[in-house]
Amino acid sequence: MSFRARHLLGIEQLSPLEITTILDLADRYVDLNRRTVKSSDALAGLTQINMFFENSTRTQASFELAGKRLGADVMNMSVGSSSVKKGETLIDTAMTLNAMHPDLLVVRHGASGAVNLLASKVNCAVLNAGDGRHEHPTQALLDALTIRRAKGRIQRLTIAICGDIAHSRVARSNLILLGKMENRLRLIAPPTLMPAGVEHFGCELYDDMRKGLEGADVVMMLRLQKERMDGGFIPSEREYYHRYGLDAEKLSFAKPDAIVMHPGPMNRGVEIDGELADDINRSVIQDQVEMGVAVRMACMDLLARNLRAERGRAAVGTMV
Amino acid sequence: MTSMTLHFTNARLINPESGTDEIGSLTIDNGVIVALDDDAPAGATEVDCGGHCLAPGIVDIGVKIGEPGERHKESFRSAGLAASAGGITTMVVRPDTTPSIDTPEVLEFVTRRAGEARVRIRHMAALTKGRLGHEMTEIGFLLDAGAVAFTDVFKVSSDTKALSRAFTYARSLGALVIGHPQEPGLSVGAAATSGKFASLRGLPGVSAMAERIGLDRDLGLVEMTGVRYHVDQITTARSLPALERAKANGFDVTAGVSIHHLTLNEIDVGDYRTFFKFTPPLRSEEDRMAMVQAVAEGLIDVIGSFHTPADEESKRLPFEEAASGAVGLETLLPAALRLYHAGQLDLPTLFRALSLNSSKRLGLPQGRLSVGAPADLVLFDPYAPYLLDRFKLHSKSKNTPFDGCRMEGKVLATYVAGQAVYQG
Repeated sequence: MSFRARHLLGIEQLSPLEITTILDLADRYVDLNRRTVKSSDALAGLTQINMFFENSTRTQASFELAGKRLGADVMNMSVGSSSVKKGETLIDTAMTLNAMHPDLLVVRHGASGAVNLLASKVNCAVLNAGDGRHEHPTQALLDALTIRRAKGRIQRLTIAICGDIAHSRVARSNLILLGKMENRLRLIAPPTLMPAGVEHFGCELYDDMRKGLEGADVVMMLRLQKERMDGGFIPSEREYYHRYGLDAEKLSFAKPDAIVMHPGPMNRGVEIDGELADDINRSVIQDQVEMGVAVRMACMDLLARNLRAERGRAAVGTMV
Repeated sequence: MTSMTLHFTNARLINPESGTDEIGSLTIDNGVIVALDDDAPAGATEVDCGGHCLAPGIVDIGVKIGEPGERHKESFRSAGLAASAGGITTMVVRPDTTPSIDTPEVLEFVTRRAGEARVRIRHMAALTKGRLGHEMTEIGFLLDAGAVAFTDVFKVSSDTKALSRAFTYARSLGALVIGHPQEPGLSVGAAATSGKFASLRGLPGVSAMAERIGLDRDLGLVEMTGVRYHVDQITTARSLPALERAKANGFDVTAGVSIHHLTLNEIDVGDYRTFFKFTPPLRSEEDRMAMVQAVAEGLIDVIGSFHTPADEESKRLPFEEAASGAVGLETLLPAALRLYHAGQLDLPTLFRALSLNSSKRLGLPQGRLSVGAPADLVLFDPYAPYLLDRFKLHSKSKNTPFDGCRMEGKVLATYVAGQAVYQG
């Protein structure tokens, strides 16, 4: 099998073949999820713990549902309100959990690299559900699956990523994934929301939305991360909407069959026009949510297979 | 302190004053160098150096000791052991302790404690009370109590008016001020140098330009007040023209650089390795090369370890939250020798930056291989290879970025005032 990783920490560590493996398996889980009986036993007997150091409703629900449909015992730790606030360090929390023998640990944390740090200290498979401004791999994978199903391929497309790129881990993971799959990437943002050095990532940069959207197959909008802003990145939300909010007029510069994506939750009237977001002929935003569950099922299934194989080898070792 | 007469023979004498690197002999008596390339005096003990290098001991400006406040991280005793094992014969220690060294009383306390170190200690004091950047300290009293320089270390005041007063007052006393060039607003929350690498890792970055802007401000104040000024660390190529201009215009300005910014770059952070987190953050390879060049040309005067002990807890955190800095007393010389082995700096140039210039800047007699100079010496084999194991370091804290690295260059013996304080 062409997926050998122990953890899923980021897209950076995945090969194109591994990405395709995940997407192929996720396609099968999409079919399962559309049946009346949605259960599988891929994770039967395994314990999945969701640790969200940052608040999340959508991603946590998606991971929880994915685990339950695969038969795992799922526990949610609302870490934001626990001992972490009493001064316990991330490592201590991880070691405490590790002692409970979980098999899959789904972690979101506000600091870049925190999930990598945690993964180096525990004995189970770790899934990164978003770390700071670094990576959000399952989001990029679900976006890729959505694009592949809508466009029939995930290569040689012109894809525009628009909005608050500087603060977005979604943008980073997508940049890496879509670049690995050999697409033409454009970043559209006000220069204050463009990360430094991004011109070396092999993408085209635009601060004019209309020029950037010209001929695009896919338009990926990002949420304006109000909570990550210290202020002063943009003059006002209304000026931002005027220059960078996606509406029908700006979208008309993209290809006629271009699809519109958004990782959610949306700020309607800030980065995207509400009506456009709901337009089933252009918007695939609801599909993204559906693909999210399937992609997370695929990722956890693959990691669990590797985990079981590793434990099997270890058991054989002890018998000898 | 008295000591016997030693006659070092067959030594590769590294003389930063004359810029020479030649086999010869050196005689010390009663704690001072008494002869170069002379016959052994009667009764002298001969030390055969076996062709290894004998250089003036390192005078390291900017060493952090955990006294007072953080003795579990480093004490004068443990730092002294580490320094002697690293060929450092004078540690010039920082006032960013808890509390800050900002009164003559605290300075007298640490001066007493410093007796536990087996190498020489010189103290720096804070420039402003609590290093808060508002009110100047008792610069006069602190000078009388032995402070050799005044610095708020990595805390940069945005109160330029208060700084201008402190600089003016310091000038009237002839005191040396050491500044940290960084525009405080730009560097808020930064953990890396902004650019491709920081963006890829999702780390909050600071533009290299923040150093230039901070330096320009300080050099403006130097021009305004005429104070004697030393820049603790120049780390980006963009700062060099401003420094060059200030020197050319005759201002009393010198500059340093940390050994880590001369031997590592931002990519070394890799997968969020917190032992590679520094203030200022590691820079690009182009910047590193420019710093090496600036040391070779003498534009940057001093190389220091910026020894900053940090315990395991403060480093075992997500990168943004982890403490900055690394221990460096024992790795300063072997790391600096990387530049020698790479053919970028010869040994006299290296010791000009490690020993001579730092001594000169502080008005100390050390750092020279000349008759009458203190017999503070380091004997080392620049070619001895080894793998660095951080748990073998003498420092109480083990936060070194060189853990597991192949190093070349070992200290064989360190002498302070003619006494062997370390023998490897």
